[in-house]
Amino acid sequence: MSDKEPIIVAFVCNWCTFTAADLAGTSRLVYPQNVRLIRMMCTGMVDPKYVIKALLQGADAVLISGCHPGDCHYINGNYKARRRVKLLKEILPRFGFDERRLKLTWIGASEGNEFAEIIKEMVAEVKTLGPSPVKEQMVL
Amino acid sequence: MAKAAKIEVEDGNIVASLQGFFKALLEDGEINALLVPQHLPMKNTVMPTLVTDPEKLNGTDPLAPAFPLNAAKVVSKLTRKPVNGKVAVVLRPCEIRAFIELVKLKQGSMEEVVLVGVDCLGAYSNIHYSRFVGEDSADSTLSFCQNFLEGKGTAFEEFDVSSACKACEYPVPENADLLIGLLGVDINDHLLVKANTPKGTELLDSLGLPATGEPKERKKAIDDLVAERIKYRDQMFKETSEATSNLEKLNFYLADCVNCYNCRVACPVCYCRECVFVTDVFDHEPSQYLRWAEQKGIIKMPTDTVFYHLTRLAHISTACIGCGQCSNACPNNVPVMELFRTIASGTQKAFEYEPGRSLEDEPPLSVFREEEFSELTGGKD
Ligand code: SF4
Ligand code: SF4
Ligand code: FES
Repeated sequence: MSDKEPIIVAFVCNWCTFTAADLAGTSRLVYPQNVRLIRMMCTGMVDPKYVIKALLQGADAVLISGCHPGDCHYINGNYKARRRVKLLKEILPRFGFDERRLKLTWIGASEGNEFAEIIKEMVAEVKTLGPSPVKEQMVL
Repeated sequence: MAKAAKIEVEDGNIVASLQGFFKALLEDGEINALLVPQHLPMKNTVMPTLVTDPEKLNGTDPLAPAFPLNAAKVVSKLTRKPVNGKVAVVLRPCEIRAFIELVKLKQGSMEEVVLVGVDCLGAYSNIHYSRFVGEDSADSTLSFCQNFLEGKGTAFEEFDVSSACKACEYPVPENADLLIGLLGVDINDHLLVKANTPKGTELLDSLGLPATGEPKERKKAIDDLVAERIKYRDQMFKETSEATSNLEKLNFYLADCVNCYNCRVACPVCYCRECVFVTDVFDHEPSQYLRWAEQKGIIKMPTDTVFYHLTRLAHISTACIGCGQCSNACPNNVPVMELFRTIASGTQKAFEYEPGRSLEDEPPLSVFREEEFSELTGGKD
């Protein structure tokens, strides 16, 4: 992959989106290889600092994806994740991170197709944004 | 329900009148101890003191323009477990607001405290206060209050009260049980003391002070002061937003930070018992630093400066009450308060949350609802 290819760090929950990603793979669906999956037991485990660290380390975008509302295996982890995304979208753009570099989606275990589609869309969108501001400079 | 009385003032000495008031409170009120700022006997500096002996109140001076630390954390230490007694705590409005946040986070309790709030005219940074006070504790406080109330401002030599105080739109401790008022009050005659709650009323009744009403000048004095502060605040938000609007500028803004984490220690609402930035999570492998350096050919040591500030913003900006102790504690004059308040204005608005307003308001990250913010997932559930 060339240096110009964007990198997307995806925090996905074990029970839904990770299973969907697995399904996309076993079904031989084609989706861009820009995504680095990090399997979490639940999106409720994604501390804001994981997202901040990924972006400061040079990820071009971060995806958080879990179970649909009502389907979280820990009942409400995805609602917590949603509030944290709301919070981060309030903070990060103030420092010049385009709001589209952080995405939240719900992708169920059987939705391999949706997973492949979302990744395609996201890669295309991030390409239009250009490389992350982190890539061009030293970050204290 | 509010009930008001007078603390009479003789010879214009409001410091002495307040000392008399607190002495009476400790002697006659149903309280076991009083937490109150005092000039220490060994040095002219001001610190919160916990007093049980009414004779040990000679240096009491909650009006001194000194704000060594945000005492909300001290009150949290005092109320973490029951003491089987009652403590009256004399605080600035921002200390009360911070304490309310800590109580909501179960790091303190209202059960055994009576909150005594004093109208806040502002305070100097620690370094500036020690220059301001000189040898003259009570007189320096008197002239500070007099100058302020006569509209002569708070500047002294080449410095002024902290920018946190200039930007603070909460000079009146509305949520105290007992409020001591100066704004719009004829302080050559009396100070206002007002009970806002049944707890406050009970204490006030035990003192048998002459009843009074709220002077009609008070509302206007408060409104004018708040308007002036809001103007300063909004200008500060504008300048800080501009100064940090992209990563390059943020790097510049934080360039003097040495990762000492004093700002977090001083922050009353930084509630974690152990901050992750001082745990072994951040004891990186030595080889890791070299790998990071290789990515761009250069890194600044210690690392994680921007990471630290952004994480603290994510964790506590919704609770930031704007006390400015972060800036007060910074050895390198990083304008931390300006950054935190500016970002907090956005995060607090996003969750329609006003920290320190009421025990009833739930901290935004401790609650969640099934139906909210669906725009984040493009309206899809
Ligand atoms: S971040 Fe600074 S201004 Fe805000 S509450 Fe903490 S110490 Fe006070
Ligand atoms: S107190 Fe100042 S130098 Fe220390 S961590 Fe905070 S901003 Fe950095
Ligand atoms: S288990 Fe999937 S979001 Fe909680």
